Amino acid sequence: MSPRASYTLEPASTDPAFIRNFCIIAHIDHGKSTLADRMLSVTGVVSDRDMRAQYLDRMDIERERGITIKSQAVRMPWALTDENGKEQSYALNMIDTPGHVDFTYEVSRSLAACEGAILLVDAAQGIEAQTLANLYLAMENDLTIIPVLNKIDLPAADPDKYAEEIAGLIGCDPASVLRVSGKTGVGVPELLDEATRLIPAPVGDADAPARAMIFDSVYDAYRGVITYVRMIDGKLSPREKVMMMSTKSAHELLEIGVSAPEPTPTKGLGVGEVGYLITGVKDVRLSKVGDTVTNFAKPSSVPLQGYSEPKPMVFSGLYPIDGSDYPVLREALDKLKLSDAALVYEPETSVALGFGFRCGFLGLLHLEIVRERLEREFNLDMIATAPSVIYEVMGDDKKFTTVTNPSEFPGGKIASVSEPMVKASILTPKDFVGTVMELCQSRRGTMQGMEYVGTDRVELHYTMPLGEIVFDFFDHLKSRTQGYASLDYEPSGDQEADLVKVDILLQGEAVDAFSAIVHRDKAYAYGVLMTERLKNLIPRQQFEVPIQAAIGARIIARESIRAMRKDVLAKCYGGDISRKRKLLEKQKEGKKRMKMVGRVEVPQSAFIAALSGEVEAGKEKK
Amino acid sequence: MPGALPIADPAPLDGALPASVAVDSANRDWSVYIHVPFCRVRCGYCDFNTYTGEELRGAKRSDYATEAIAEIEQASAVLTQAGVAPRKASTVFFGGGTPTLLPVSDLTRMLAAARDTWGFMPDVEVTTEANPDSVDRDYLLALKEAGFTRVSFGMQSAVPHVLATLERTHDPERVPFVVEWARDVGLDVSLDLIYGTPGESLADWERSLDYAIAQNPDHISAYALIIETGTKLAAQIKRGDVAPVNDDLQADMYELADAKLAAAGYDWYEVSNWAKRDENPEISHASRHNLGYWLGNDWWGVGPGAHSHVGGVRWWNVKHPAAYADRIAAGHSPGAGRETLADSSKYLEHVLLRARVRNGLTTATLDADGRTAVAGLIADELVDARAAIGGTINLTLKGRLLADAVVRRLLADAPV
Ligand SMILES: Nc1nc2c(ncn2[C@@H]2O[C@H](COP(=O)(O)OP(=O)(O)OP(=O)(O)O)[C@@H](O)[C@H]2O)c(=O)[nH]1
Ligand SMILES: C[S@@+](CC[C@H](N)C(=O)[O-])C[C@H]1O[C@@H](n2cnc3c(N)ncnc32)[C@H](O)[C@@H]1O
Ligand code: SF4
Ligand SMILES: [Mg+2]
Repeated sequence: MSPRASYTLEPASTDPAFIRNFCIIAHIDHGKSTLADRMLSVTGVVSDRDMRAQYLDRMDIERERGITIKSQAVRMPWALTDENGKEQSYALNMIDTPGHVDFTYEVSRSLAACEGAILLVDAAQGIEAQTLANLYLAMENDLTIIPVLNKIDLPAADPDKYAEEIAGLIGCDPASVLRVSGKTGVGVPELLDEATRLIPAPVGDADAPARAMIFDSVYDAYRGVITYVRMIDGKLSPREKVMMMSTKSAHELLEIGVSAPEPTPTKGLGVGEVGYLITGVKDVRLSKVGDTVTNFAKPSSVPLQGYSEPKPMVFSGLYPIDGSDYPVLREALDKLKLSDAALVYEPETSVALGFGFRCGFLGLLHLEIVRERLEREFNLDMIATAPSVIYEVMGDDKKFTTVTNPSEFPGGKIASVSEPMVKASILTPKDFVGTVMELCQSRRGTMQGMEYVGTDRVELHYTMPLGEIVFDFFDHLKSRTQGYASLDYEPSGDQEADLVKVDILLQGEAVDAFSAIVHRDKAYAYGVLMTERLKNLIPRQQFEVPIQAAIGARIIARESIRAMRKDVLAKCYGGDISRKRKLLEKQKEGKKRMKMVGRVEVPQSAFIAALSGEVEAGKEKK
Repeated sequence: MPGALPIADPAPLDGALPASVAVDSANRDWSVYIHVPFCRVRCGYCDFNTYTGEELRGAKRSDYATEAIAEIEQASAVLTQAGVAPRKASTVFFGGGTPTLLPVSDLTRMLAAARDTWGFMPDVEVTTEANPDSVDRDYLLALKEAGFTRVSFGMQSAVPHVLATLERTHDPERVPFVVEWARDVGLDVSLDLIYGTPGESLADWERSLDYAIAQNPDHISAYALIIETGTKLAAQIKRGDVAPVNDDLQADMYELADAKLAAAGYDWYEVSNWAKRDENPEISHASRHNLGYWLGNDWWGVGPGAHSHVGGVRWWNVKHPAAYADRIAAGHSPGAGRETLADSSKYLEHVLLRARVRNGLTTATLDADGRTAVAGLIADELVDARAAIGGTINLTLKGRLLADAVVRRLLADAPV
């Protein structure tokens, strides 16, 4: 086993030959962050006293959910000793990445900053959908792959079996698959040795004008924007003026340094190094991910190839429950946007929900996380409308409309509607293949093929409408496979389909929050579901309220709420008038939380319950 | 501050009232309520402040009248202290519990104390609640002789299975006798009915109405059964042993009651109360005491858990008879909490209480938003158009059934 490095290489003057840049990639929960913890300990950059689990998951929400959302890069010293006993120190830049499919773009940026990737696989679970997706990305980037089995301490671990599985996949010798436990630390020093030996050193021109690739940009309330870069060519130094190549904007470097893992200012960054820059700008958009940073005095003329911006795939309206919180919500979104470039939003109004924002997300987890951060960090109470995808609608007049909110669906005759499709890979134990296929078919999936992974698992390939996936597909997949199946998907263009907009009308008025774009074959089912839900949720009014589902002018389902006939407390309260008045005051407070649809008073809670499907869930529990 | 509760303060130990209560007091009627917190058994639906033991943590039922009289004496001192000149009482009401569970001499002693303290108006109305099985002719005669003018019997229903669900112990056949005796000794008679009891059909209710009307009382109260949390009946319904109350059926029952009572010569004067029409239009059989609550008069509530209102200050006594006895024995006020009504609360109560009373609310006393809301209420047939044009809010039959909704609409924009 190698010792800890007895001397540390100085940033800015490190020979690239002694730099190793790699990231840890894996399926969600396979132990990337825990392995990163052990690396921090073994290399001595975090003392045992300061160590805590998932050290690099710093956001509250990451810690609570136990998942990584943002990639984190750390510089660590490591040393190899040759046959002659001579020690050579290295600087390792390790990037811990998120495993969830919504944050794949974080992984691809991290990969672009590295020459190698540790492909981590849970030794009790084997390869999963996200393992395959991330491996694919790493190979696309020509990275050196170091396959590693993790969690070998688990009684259920079967490293021999999964070493075969991995070897079959990447075409290596099963014996070369390393075995570690991020929990106990066993095998971690050997892994670092192996990574140092196998991963190629970065190459670049030290004398050329600087070119640094921005792979992350985060807003910090105290320090402004912190820009994370990977140096390709040249050198950047403190206090020098730098230029962002896409915008040609110039900034002074107030601080330059490396994460070790706390931000540590340095004398600069040289070829192949990974570190951060602080220029004092307050807006992440001035320090865009994918942009190239160069010296202002002697700028480069050839920018590095950037990343494609992550595109929002799922849209949902966010509304404050208390309408007066609208400005707070706007401010909160502006703030979140500073550190989450993938979040997009624009103002929107809804008859049922008032003023809010239509927001675009990378996926459902992203939506959930943004929503939770808004609630927690900004103390907002919110309703989110049912998630929707982007539809392209062509009217008879050949005019195209892009629809991210069902209420924008054009009226009149529709020539065609197309919806985003995804290529989905589902990895499942072979016993569940039948039920998974049934599920995919019911969600309008088309099978593209299937193959065995190892001997007892199958990977199914489907093309499927994204709209079907965002609508509780994952929950169904998990519950039908006892939790064993995993899912990965990536966009794969648009496709025409027989889609219609179903409106839900209360007393003849459409409740925009409940309009949905669904396949014609499912319109009736949706109509029945929603009219029944609302019937059970909306309290009786002083008049009868018809609830209808309609496609255009055609009614496809109907229910009605009978008029309330009695709303009076009959008993004489004797002299206890205070009690009666307090009751009224409470009712008046409650009324503030009512939304008016025409003359119909609908409690906010009914909208929330109808949007979340609590009605049926509650029934099943009984 | 929106949504804040009215100021509820602890009541001072000496019960002292602010001088503000004296303002204009001479122009407000004065009433006395005397609570008697005892029953033989507790009915399954009842959440009134009442107790079934003879002796409760050392407080003896037999000492109760003496304690109540002590509070009347305190009351007189507190009012004088606050500068309220003594007013003769217009009404006195003994409620419960079951006041008639006490020996009649206890009731007459308490009544005498009130009379000695404040004096009575010549036309004073003095009522007691009574259970049909807790009085006989002699008892009623003694009440009359002591100055009572009115008795209100808790008949509730004429149908045995309904009475059984309500856990009423009296025999419905006894009602005609007690009514006859009361009338015979010269007391006005009121009957209390409850409708919408689980298992009660519309036909059952009709039978009870017919039976009550056949007794020809001066006054009938009909209350839709309320399932109060914490009662035995609420638990039975929660467990599924007893069917829940059906609002629509209760609405049908109310409509039936109103039709039958009107036909039999009873006019509604409050949502749940009907008074017999007299040949002499000058004479009303409405309960003036209860009207006093709804019209915002002053009264002192004597006894455990009793509520009082004097000049914009409301307060309430400690609930338990033993706690009450301790306070009285120590010479302290039995008050537990009080609130001084802000103008906004006064307005809320004004609308809330008076809207339920026939001709109780004038449009002139509504704020601008309230007056605007009246148009919608007329359109929805909740208030009578003619009366409203004449300046009075009178609920229609539909409006009485939706009275709480009407009040909310009248107050939709009023600050809390
Ligand atoms: N027994 C055992 N448990 C481990 C090991 N490594 C990680 N775990 C556990 O596995 C779970 C997931 O670990 P993380 O390190 O958060 O996984 P991750 O891959 O970073 O997860 P994401 O960032 O959400 O993709 C945690 O409960 C860890 O305690 C290991 O070697 N052995
Ligand atoms: C203060 S109670 C007591 C009267 C007397 N103890 C008796 O029960 O006959 C007055 C009336 O309120 C009505 N009442 C009591 N509890 C009720 C409830 N839960 N729902 C509706 N009315 C009720 C009954 O009609 C009762 O007669
Ligand atoms: S008799 Fe009247 S006060 Fe007593 S428990 Fe029954 S309903 Fe309540
Ligand atoms: Mg992680």
